[in-house]
Amino acid sequence: MLAGLGLLFFLLPLAGLIVRAPWDQALVGLTAPETATALELSLFCSVAATAAALVLGIPLAVVLSRTTGNLRSVMRALTTLPMVLPPVVGGVALLLAFGRRGLVGSLLYHLFGIQILFTTAAAVMAETFVAMPFLVIAVEAGLRSLDPRYEEAARALGARGWMVFLRVTLPLLRPAIFSGAVLCWARALGEFGATITFAGNFPGRTQTVPVAVYVALETRPESAIVLSLILLAVSVAILAGMRDRWLGAL
Amino acid sequence: MSLKANVKVHRDRFVLDVHLDVDPGETVAILGPNGAGKTTLLRALSGLIKVVGRVELAGEVLEDSATGLRVPTEERHVGLVFQDHVLFPHLNVLDNVAFGLQAQHRPDAKRIARGWLERAGLAEKASSMPRELSGGQAQRVALLRTLATEPRLLLLDEPLSALDVTIRAVVRRELSRQLASFGGVRLIVTHDPLDAITLADRLVVLENGHVVQSGTPDEVTARPRSRFVADLAGVNLLRGKGRGDHVELMSGASVAAPDAGAGDVFAVIHPRAVALYLSRPEGTPRNVWQGQVEDIDLHGERVRVRVKSPVSLVAEVTPAAVRELRLHAGGAVWMAVKATEVSVYPA
Repeated sequence: MLAGLGLLFFLLPLAGLIVRAPWDQALVGLTAPETATALELSLFCSVAATAAALVLGIPLAVVLSRTTGNLRSVMRALTTLPMVLPPVVGGVALLLAFGRRGLVGSLLYHLFGIQILFTTAAAVMAETFVAMPFLVIAVEAGLRSLDPRYEEAARALGARGWMVFLRVTLPLLRPAIFSGAVLCWARALGEFGATITFAGNFPGRTQTVPVAVYVALETRPESAIVLSLILLAVSVAILAGMRDRWLGAL
Repeated sequence: MSLKANVKVHRDRFVLDVHLDVDPGETVAILGPNGAGKTTLLRALSGLIKVVGRVELAGEVLEDSATGLRVPTEERHVGLVFQDHVLFPHLNVLDNVAFGLQAQHRPDAKRIARGWLERAGLAEKASSMPRELSGGQAQRVALLRTLATEPRLLLLDEPLSALDVTIRAVVRRELSRQLASFGGVRLIVTHDPLDAITLADRLVVLENGHVVQSGTPDEVTARPRSRFVADLAGVNLLRGKGRGDHVELMSGASVAAPDAGAGDVFAVIHPRAVALYLSRPEGTPRNVWQGQVEDIDLHGERVRVRVKSPVSLVAEVTPAAVRELRLHAGGAVWMAVKATEVSVYPA
């Protein structure tokens, strides 16, 4: 009974979204310039954030998987914090660090005249901040479940650190990296709180789809519904794709 | 090019303390029950775990805890073949074999690797993935992958234990041939006495981290100094030349056996298959020898009787038979073994 209620609680809003969708205007809404711009920007930012997470997150996961004791607990806590931190707080934190008067931001501004706040770069940073933990956690779990003897066999065959990492560790981690990257990307795509706080709401520059949905709800609700449907479709596609990944063999 | 190792490894409450000298061209089997520290020893020699002591290979010091010197695994030129092969699952057979050569920056790594596969009759498997190989093929590829790097020391960890019993004999023979053609120091770890005796020139019996006995298989099995070795000596193992319907032993005696084959062979006779009589038995057994009881050993419900004769064997009989036959050390006795009870396989 309660379980059914719980399921209904999930289903009803989704059903509402689909029923109330202005299907006849969907195509129009989809091709509207502001929608297309937001989609394009969202795609770019989420992919860029995922790329940044891959470049920074994989080495972090390697270090995490090889440290032990208190240091590891501290590092893990720091890495996973953005997962439980309200995104708005993350945005404020980024603002205080990279804003014009922030710790790093003021240095960047005074030394190089660079300002991150309210730029596309800020949107990418906000998304990376919130989404990278998903990748780090997935890759670290992959590293921990990796049979260490593959690396030992490679070393016994004469392979040095980098060759072992590039030709044995990384390829064997591919499933973990892939699922981590997809989760990371999905989280980046839906990121709202940190983005609007740190990057603001500038169409074409920082107005990603979730931000656009929020703004459009006031003025053009049908456009908001269309954008929401797109995000829903992406989520369902990821879920379907990942289920095969998670249940299937490597 | 010999191996001199004097290593100690502490792990929780377990202590491995082994002194080992192996000459080039010699195959030494580290034999011992599970948990004796055999794999730990191999990992220590290959540099995967740190030791207290000294490891010297071909005059070069690989590790010396006194001076803090420690050559990392990847620079030791030590070939380690894992028990369950550990082939790289994402690389095909050719790339697995070429891996070590590429690590050595050999420009023609793939060509050399293909050559190794061809010589081993595995050329058609070059593009197969490891998961498509049978256990025997995986074992052979794992060995080739290591041999291709031309290591100075070959370490095999339970090379046959992951294999089906039915193909073990075949793979064992091939392994024995490949070991013979490898010029470096050869060290095999196994818990299977049969593998140890058939593959090695010398046995080192390891129990609880310590060497309890070492010597040729004959020396070790003749005078067991521990329970494990006693069990190991449980079968009668004879070595000789196959002569079609019989095996000619080194001593000149012969043992009738169907399908004795040709060339160097081993003959195994289980003690239960050795029947004892007070006078020359009549009937079908083709192997009949007169001998003298050396000693009698009671093992629960069974008695093991060691008989010295042209073909010295251990017989296993019931306590009742011992009373009936009035068996005693020094007494005369006849032994009979049916030819079909003698199993012969190539050495």
